[in-house]
Amino acid sequence: MGDGGMGQMTQDKEATQAITYIDRLMQVTERLKTHFGEAVEEVKVHNGEVTVTVRRDILTETMRYLRDEERFEMLVDATAVDYLPLRGEPRFEVVYHLLSLTHRLRLRVKVRLQSADAWVPTVCHIYPSANPYEREIWDMFGIRIEGHPNLKRILTYDEFPGHPLRKDFPLFWQPGMPVEKTEETFEEW
Amino acid sequence: MAMTMKEGTRDREHGTVERNQALMTINMGPQHPSTHGVLRLILTLEGETIVDAEPVIGYLHTAIEKEAEHKTYHKVITLNDRLDYVSGMTNNFAYCLAVEKLLGIEPPPRGQYLRVIVSELQRIASHLVFLGTTTLEVGIMSGFFYCFREREKILDLFEALCGARLTYSYIIVGGVRYDLPDGWVDKCREFLREFPKAWQELEELISKNPIWLNRTKGVGVLRAQDAIAWGVTGPSLRASGVAWDLRKTMPYSSYDHFDFELVTAEEGDTYARCWVRMLEMLESIKIVRQALENLPPGPVLADHPWATPPPKERLDKDMEALIRHFLFYSRGYPVPPGEAYAAVESARGEVGFYIVSDGSEKPYRMHMRAPSFIHVHALPVVAKGHLIADLVAILASFDPVMGEVDR
Repeated sequence: MGDGGMGQMTQDKEATQAITYIDRLMQVTERLKTHFGEAVEEVKVHNGEVTVTVRRDILTETMRYLRDEERFEMLVDATAVDYLPLRGEPRFEVVYHLLSLTHRLRLRVKVRLQSADAWVPTVCHIYPSANPYEREIWDMFGIRIEGHPNLKRILTYDEFPGHPLRKDFPLFWQPGMPVEKTEETFEEW
Repeated sequence: MAMTMKEGTRDREHGTVERNQALMTINMGPQHPSTHGVLRLILTLEGETIVDAEPVIGYLHTAIEKEAEHKTYHKVITLNDRLDYVSGMTNNFAYCLAVEKLLGIEPPPRGQYLRVIVSELQRIASHLVFLGTTTLEVGIMSGFFYCFREREKILDLFEALCGARLTYSYIIVGGVRYDLPDGWVDKCREFLREFPKAWQELEELISKNPIWLNRTKGVGVLRAQDAIAWGVTGPSLRASGVAWDLRKTMPYSSYDHFDFELVTAEEGDTYARCWVRMLEMLESIKIVRQALENLPPGPVLADHPWATPPPKERLDKDMEALIRHFLFYSRGYPVPPGEAYAAVESARGEVGFYIVSDGSEKPYRMHMRAPSFIHVHALPVVAKGHLIADLVAILASFDPVMGEVDR
């Protein structure tokens, strides 16, 4: 059951996909591990999805490797999650969803970030579609994207204080209110 | 075009011959009749030719992702309708698939088929809006009326099904909310019978129309490699010759039971993007017809101990069901911790929901992968070198809905 030409075959997809979908992804992560060694922090299988957590310093190399060698051609989504109330540090996770059109696989790549040191290198030059997503991550979470060609706010306006999707940003914010509040002022309805 | 422009500016800097006219920056939108909502484009022009276009978005930002963190999983469904308001069904669909992945629920076969039926009808309705507005923007006024006349019939079907015409919340976690009302299948069959004739009218209206052909053929070519690099999905990707449709390539919700064609085109221009959508409508008709034909009997909603509402008829007989009903609607239901990403093929492309759960009744984080968000930002790649008047047609051919761009 070779991995290389599997994706091109469409006829026996039903037969192989259900059994080997995770296995094929695990083969990718095994190769990733041999390639990058310790810098691949964690490989997790959950709900039929595979998540790879990598160290920040190899993020761009990982992305380039996954695009060129493993043929994950498309970055479908990039976002971040703020884990402040749940676990404190490392506070942020930047999450990239990759899609391989050739092999019909989805892979999630994550980078964990400390709140004092919240930045990731840009992957714009590898996946152009990362450009607006990274601007959104900066806008919504205040995670700096190093090397981004046009790092401006994208959904809120330029003078907006704070970063709204952080967990310490209040749900009901009005101009003039401090944004560092950690507790909700209003009960949810 | 961009090349010559650079040469021109260099010449100006060196004080030599000024070959080109000066660059001009103008603002298109946010209040512009043909930007499909509140999209602003900062255009750099040389004469009437676009040298650069920068989309500025956020005018319709409603913070739905933030708000979703403070609502129970069931209530978030009503927020999702409002993201892509032209095809609310598919948003609910993707969201519910993601939550079901976390909960480990599989909807019953009838529920899955009903989901397929409504999302295919929704695709037709959405493509009709697309076609109507696109023809309107290249100057074919009558196309708009033909399209909206047909769309109205679908909205009537939806209204009969769930009482709403735009924000349905019909697909809920575990299945769908209601079974088909009496006579609905006949009405739907009638629509399926009538629609190909209306399609023929539309096709005649468009395919031989010299205005349409001149304005769309060869305009705004998106090459396949650019489309993939920019994450363009859906009909816009298929129009560039990439055979990628989640319904076929990564089937979900029993889409593999149906026999339909994956429509592609090679040219990648505005005409191809419209034509792919035209043909997709017929494929959707095929799918709905098959689904109605083979509609399995049985319940439409999975019976989960806490994550689905109990059947209404049990409420007045069964104490436990009543308690479950109150808990479901007031406190919500807990979802096991973890994360899930689920995607469906909407009328515009891949709609995906990434949900992180911490084990409580509210999503810890909900993120929507919106196809229009990407398409708007891929626009400059396509628009460079074209005239402003063409930009209007190119923008329309990507069919962006600002509700999901700004979220």
